[in-house]
Amino acid sequence: MRPEVVAAMMPVFTEHFGNASSIHWFGQHAKSLIDDARQHVAKLINAEAGEIVFLSGGTEADNLAIRGIAESQKSKGRHIISSQIEHHAVLHTCKDLEKQGFEITWLPVSRDGLVNPENVRGAIRKDTILISIMHANNEIGTIQPIAEIGRIAAEADIYFHSDGVQSTGKIPVNVKDLGIDLYSMSAHKIHGPKGVGALFVKKATTLKPIMTGGGHERNRRSGTENVAGIVGFGEAARLARLELMQEMLRVRELRDRLEAGLKSQIEFIHVNGENAPRLPNTSNIMVDYAEGEGLVISLDLKGVAVSTGSACSSGSLEPSHVLTAIGKTPDEAHGSLRFSLSTMTASEDIDFVVEVLPGIVARLRELSPYYKGNSGSDH
Amino acid sequence: MGYSEKLLDYFQNPRCVGEIPDADAVAEVSNPVCGDVMKLWVKVGDGRIQDAKFKAQGCSAAIATSSYATEMLVGMNVADARLITRDQIAEALGGLPASKIHCSVLASDAIKEALKGF
Ligand SMILES: Cc1ncc(COP(=O)(O)O)c(C=O)c1O
Ligand code: FES
Repeated sequence: MRPEVVAAMMPVFTEHFGNASSIHWFGQHAKSLIDDARQHVAKLINAEAGEIVFLSGGTEADNLAIRGIAESQKSKGRHIISSQIEHHAVLHTCKDLEKQGFEITWLPVSRDGLVNPENVRGAIRKDTILISIMHANNEIGTIQPIAEIGRIAAEADIYFHSDGVQSTGKIPVNVKDLGIDLYSMSAHKIHGPKGVGALFVKKATTLKPIMTGGGHERNRRSGTENVAGIVGFGEAARLARLELMQEMLRVRELRDRLEAGLKSQIEFIHVNGENAPRLPNTSNIMVDYAEGEGLVISLDLKGVAVSTGSACSSGSLEPSHVLTAIGKTPDEAHGSLRFSLSTMTASEDIDFVVEVLPGIVARLRELSPYYKGNSGSDH
Repeated sequence: MGYSEKLLDYFQNPRCVGEIPDADAVAEVSNPVCGDVMKLWVKVGDGRIQDAKFKAQGCSAAIATSSYATEMLVGMNVADARLITRDQIAEALGGLPASKIHCSVLASDAIKEALKGF
């Protein structure tokens, strides 16, 4: 978390201990803190404050959007359109709905990791009730053509949800221009606290809540608010908006320098999604003749934190579903590294990686029975 | 990361890396779980393993266990070497985290495969 975020949250733990639903002063004070945070989060994506529902994170936001629409619209139809590269929070939620009798069309992506809007149009049926396509992919950073998809959804009068967890605060987002009805966000992806997120729900959207109870968050999500978390999210959103343009350019330049530096020194490496519009902070690099985990551990021993494939499924041996969807073999997928740059990344950090990674790759390739120059290889 | 110092040492400074051009047997195995590979060269004489070398393309645990097992082999008699189990290799390196248990199978499979004909 950013120090400013911690500073904003501290007084909530030590001073204002109100329950935002109570009418006494402490409670009213908590409510006004939440309202401020709501404004900040709304502004970050050009929404109205009343359209922001606070909840426990990106996962819950995806669940509420998809299950909430599925439940409220199931009398009209049971068909949902999504893509093969969604985050597990969307993937597994839709798979669960599949078991409950909903039908999901899983759109493929191009080798560069993009959904084709024409495929969305082609998949629409009379009984389609929801289109859920992520804004930016969490593994390779590709930015989906959601403005076009939003237009197609609006023409067909179908609800459009987009998982914006990775894009929020990283690139400008204007939910009004993008034709989005529901947009998922997560605080920890913008240096806010973990366990807090929000769902943008466009006015007049009928959504069946998944948390029922005391009717908090305008009946969209019951449960006493996580006041400190929300305040932290608000501060993180405020800072993200303030610094967005400047940080976007700074981080993109660092990322490009990282990729250019590595490509000039290491043969047989590829940048996944290179030819698609990408988030400025994400770089997914595939290194042939080396295994991702060995690279990650080697970098870790030098103090550099990166992940293989998708951080969310690290520990899992399945090749990443995203890399598989862009046509990579399991072997190729196992050699992938994901760099996530942020406000916290300094120029020297990039120089350091460019300095040490070529040696690490060379060492691991020395060990590989398949790397060229090695005799006795039948590959 | 859940790896012991010893395992990390074998990962960073692997012993017995290389190939034996006039090897008596060469085994190439791939891990059924993740597809990582190990190749093992052995020279056998007088019922003993005179020399062994390996190469591997795999995770850090695969590299460390392959290296440790190859080092263990050198000087062993063939009958004893056949009895080396994946658990022995893993334990000798301080144990493996749950998600990495399968990695040590690479080395024990390679040994069995290489010694098949002796
Ligand atoms: C695209 C995407 N959606 C959803 C999530 C889940 O968010 P949270 O960790 O806040 O539940 C993540 C988190 O990694 C993500 O990257
Ligand atoms: S992950 Fe494949 S051997 Fe360890």
